Amino acid sequence: MCQEANYKLADDVVNSFKRSNETEVSQSGKEILNMLVENAGIAAAESIPMCQDTGVAVVFVELGQEVQVIHGNLVDAINEGVRKGYLEGYLRKSMVKHPLARVNTGDNTPAVIHTSIVAGNKIKITVAPKGGGSENMSSLKMLKPAEGVEGVKKFILDTVQAAGPNPCPPLIIGVGIGGTMEKCALLAKEALLRAVGEPHPLSDIAQLEKELLEAINKLGIGPAGLGGRTTALAVHIEIFGCHIASLPVAVNINCHAARHKSVSI
Amino acid sequence: MTRVNITTPLSDEIVKSLRIGQQVFIHGVIYTGRDAAHKRLVERMDQGKELPVDLKGQIIYYVGPAPARPGKVIGSAGPTTAGRMDAYAPLLIEQGLKGMIGKGARSEKVLQAMQEHGAVYFGAIGGAAALIARSIQEATIVAYPELGPEAIYRLVVKDFPAIVVNDSFGGDLYQEGKKRYALE
Repeated sequence: MCQEANYKLADDVVNSFKRSNETEVSQSGKEILNMLVENAGIAAAESIPMCQDTGVAVVFVELGQEVQVIHGNLVDAINEGVRKGYLEGYLRKSMVKHPLARVNTGDNTPAVIHTSIVAGNKIKITVAPKGGGSENMSSLKMLKPAEGVEGVKKFILDTVQAAGPNPCPPLIIGVGIGGTMEKCALLAKEALLRAVGEPHPLSDIAQLEKELLEAINKLGIGPAGLGGRTTALAVHIEIFGCHIASLPVAVNINCHAARHKSVSI
Repeated sequence: MTRVNITTPLSDEIVKSLRIGQQVFIHGVIYTGRDAAHKRLVERMDQGKELPVDLKGQIIYYVGPAPARPGKVIGSAGPTTAGRMDAYAPLLIEQGLKGMIGKGARSEKVLQAMQEHGAVYFGAIGGAAALIARSIQEATIVAYPELGPEAIYRLVVKDFPAIVVNDSFGGDLYQEGKKRYALE
């Protein structure tokens, strides 16, 4: 799964490059979008990663409550899978064991694992390798409820503006609104798993996604940050209830290598 | 976009001839280096020791490549964010480094050092790593093999595609490009 996620860019992402190419007005922007389509083709054909930063292995597990995991520990099994996948798949090992001592673990573990218990008798595992460049430009802020939707929009736009060319635009912007601090950050990450451009089921949130995408694409940053109207391919928002005193907003920026692969067993 | 072929090492004449927005194809030897290697290079300079590579006239490519499949020269090899090397780059430019390849904006200090000593910052297309790897013909580790993807490699490249983002005259394509396409 780690290998497939890194070699094969999903059709929804590649198609969004092609759609954007039709509306992009910058000549260099168009050329870059074409290069990204070509790059995805080479990666898939040669079984090599589309980006050398094959990421932190972020793994979402939806564990059916009727499932019992036996003969070992689920976390260990996931890390073993990541180790094997990265070592055998010629993927880059980008993890250090200790954030301050900074010695590479050599096998891309530990994976960052988010487990939720759901109804049913299946396990759904999603692997979403996440690059460091775009993760570094992500941000979270605890707004005052009085700042409202305008405050939310401003924070998102400011974050994308400050990121500029660094996170490899065109981007996918994952946004979490509500929850607590850590829940909000997780919502933003989960928002990145949606198919590119698929709107939120709530019409007011879908409308906000549309408005934000338009506003972001007016910033002029463009493909690779060299100027253009395709700064983002999509804005995906997830929401959750929150405290009467709070309005948390998290922006998780994804580069155009929006990778995720799911299986259900 | 105008297209220009350049061959390393870079002379002052080549550096001065380059302007923002030019698409360049780089040929010859370039060196890789990212966070950990830069830290070590600057530590050696602080100790007054010689560097493991002579950087005079050279280009450093900010990249941590993926491992090569058997029979291949290198794995995917796109640029990493240049800003993380900003703390170290002015010292290397003072030592004669003439070019840097990466992605993302540089600090004021780096831009100043580039104007003072004559150096260029090239943007490579972030994430086009499988495509860029095709322009790399040889890859040899020349320092710090223990750093894995962060080791310093000597690469021989042909038709390596990049764009002049910051020239030696203070030009900045990120700023200019954004200004040209921003609305409202």
